[in-house]
Amino acid sequence: MVNKLVIENLKHRPIRTFLTVAAIGLQVTMILTLVGLSDGTIEDSARRTRGVGADILVRPPASSAIGLSSAPIPQKLLQVLQQQPHVALVAGTVEHATGGLLERVTGVDFDALTEMSGGLKFTEGGLPKSDNEIVVDDYYARQHKLHAGDTYSLINSNWIVSGVFEAGKGSRVFLRLNVLQDKIANPGKLSVIYVKADDPKNIPLVLAGLKKLLPDNPIFTLEEFLSQISVNSVALMRSFTNVVIGLSVVFGFLVVFLSMYTAVLERTREIGILKALGASPSYIVGILMRETIFLGIIGSIFGILLTYGTRFVIMSFPASLTQKIVPEWWPISTGIALVGAMLGALYPGLKAARQDAIEALTYE
Amino acid sequence: MSEPIISIRNLKKVYHVGEVDVNALRGVDLDIKRGEFMCIVGHSGSGKSTLFNILGGLTPPTSGTVMINGKDLRGMTEGERTNLRKTEIGFIFQKYNLLPTLTASDNIAIARSIAGKGDTADPQFTEILKLLGISHRLNHKPRALSGGEQQRVAIARALVNHPSILLADEPTGNLDTENSNIVLGILRDLNERLGQTIVMITHNPEAATYGHSITHMRDGSIIG
Repeated sequence: MVNKLVIENLKHRPIRTFLTVAAIGLQVTMILTLVGLSDGTIEDSARRTRGVGADILVRPPASSAIGLSSAPIPQKLLQVLQQQPHVALVAGTVEHATGGLLERVTGVDFDALTEMSGGLKFTEGGLPKSDNEIVVDDYYARQHKLHAGDTYSLINSNWIVSGVFEAGKGSRVFLRLNVLQDKIANPGKLSVIYVKADDPKNIPLVLAGLKKLLPDNPIFTLEEFLSQISVNSVALMRSFTNVVIGLSVVFGFLVVFLSMYTAVLERTREIGILKALGASPSYIVGILMRETIFLGIIGSIFGILLTYGTRFVIMSFPASLTQKIVPEWWPISTGIALVGAMLGALYPGLKAARQDAIEALTYE
Repeated sequence: MSEPIISIRNLKKVYHVGEVDVNALRGVDLDIKRGEFMCIVGHSGSGKSTLFNILGGLTPPTSGTVMINGKDLRGMTEGERTNLRKTEIGFIFQKYNLLPTLTASDNIAIARSIAGKGDTADPQFTEILKLLGISHRLNHKPRALSGGEQQRVAIARALVNHPSILLADEPTGNLDTENSNIVLGILRDLNERLGQTIVMITHNPEAATYGHSITHMRDGSIIG
């Protein structure tokens, strides 16, 4: 019977109910979109790094596992590394931010990349044949509406797109190594060196050898590197997520507080009637809490569905962002929404429970 | 009619309005027997509504003794008075006070829910519904019911938990003569057929004639 009363109350004020559900939904969407975005973008980056086919990564001294470094590694180091025992292949890249959100362009020796990764799989066109050509992955091409043969402006120059390849091989935009080095006035320098061992079982030997040879450079096996580029390893990302979650709780609290406070004022007389019928304070609070939980759950479902919409919109942005749908966060975000909502309903609920029955019954 | 179901001795109620004390009841003595239909008549400000609120456990007395079914109201906590309303008292108000979002049927069922009883009414209550003549209007919300029908739903709600005492505060105050007579007739029937104890507050001398006895109040005291 109480559930019926709750549902009828919600139906009685459809706009208030809709706005509360929408606000709680936005709160949930905010959390799920942020988490999905950070997880998705980082996982996509990890997937593309794995796609290079290297076993070991050599980063510049004093650089972190992730983040875009300049290019301070001498290119001649490639020959030295190639001579090390059990090293089968080495490939150096230079990376440069394009100015877009999380976007970068990578200069690479296409022959070395092909040998290490198995080659780019082109859906349109092929490898650059001249210095003014670039290749882009299909994700980048879709976002920027590019096709083979198109002219595209990047880092203050116009380039011809010689090919579109399937995503998953390191960068989203490649051009010739020497071209990018010259373009950024950093000839003969690299950002990262990828190393492939002659046999997977020799990876520890190669790693140890490289660490001895280059004690100042951070050197990781691929698995070590990938384990470091998670959301939890990026302190700023985790803090930002926590701030957004905190704001969401406050947001949900305020919305539900206002909604329930209005409801309690509006239903003063009804609360008086229930009290006259013998309803205890806990019964009255229980009605409001059930109403809040109902709003919270419906709002959360709405918010979860809305993340598919934000994903569609974000994936359409011309930025290297990937939003992942994160079902493991659905119960967490719902819990956060419910906590905020129930905190918001607490004061109005207690106010209702404390209402004087006689005054409430005479309320017009 | 036998022993008093309500026994009031030297009942006083003082309201504090700002810095002024208002003596709403000034030492009321009253006995109401089980099965009695008593009407309490008085003008506005006579204290009859305060007496109604105290008998209904909606407000505590300042001093004096109020025994209801052997239980003293004066020492009761808020929770005990809430329980009293749930089990011993049924209310009928001038403005019906039905929940606007629920159907007539659900308005009755909510009273059972509050009392911790199931949704299914007992056979005796089904008889009461027939007596009230609202069986065919139970699926309507209050706004779709006439004043007389709303008041009959309110009577059904007041009786659904079989309270010892039915308290009615100006139950015909918002009704036309025809519906007033119907409602008053129903109250008399309930009293005569089921032995329901009824205490009705009214300022209408004609309505008061439906009861067994009439008690007059003025300035917070019983005058006869």
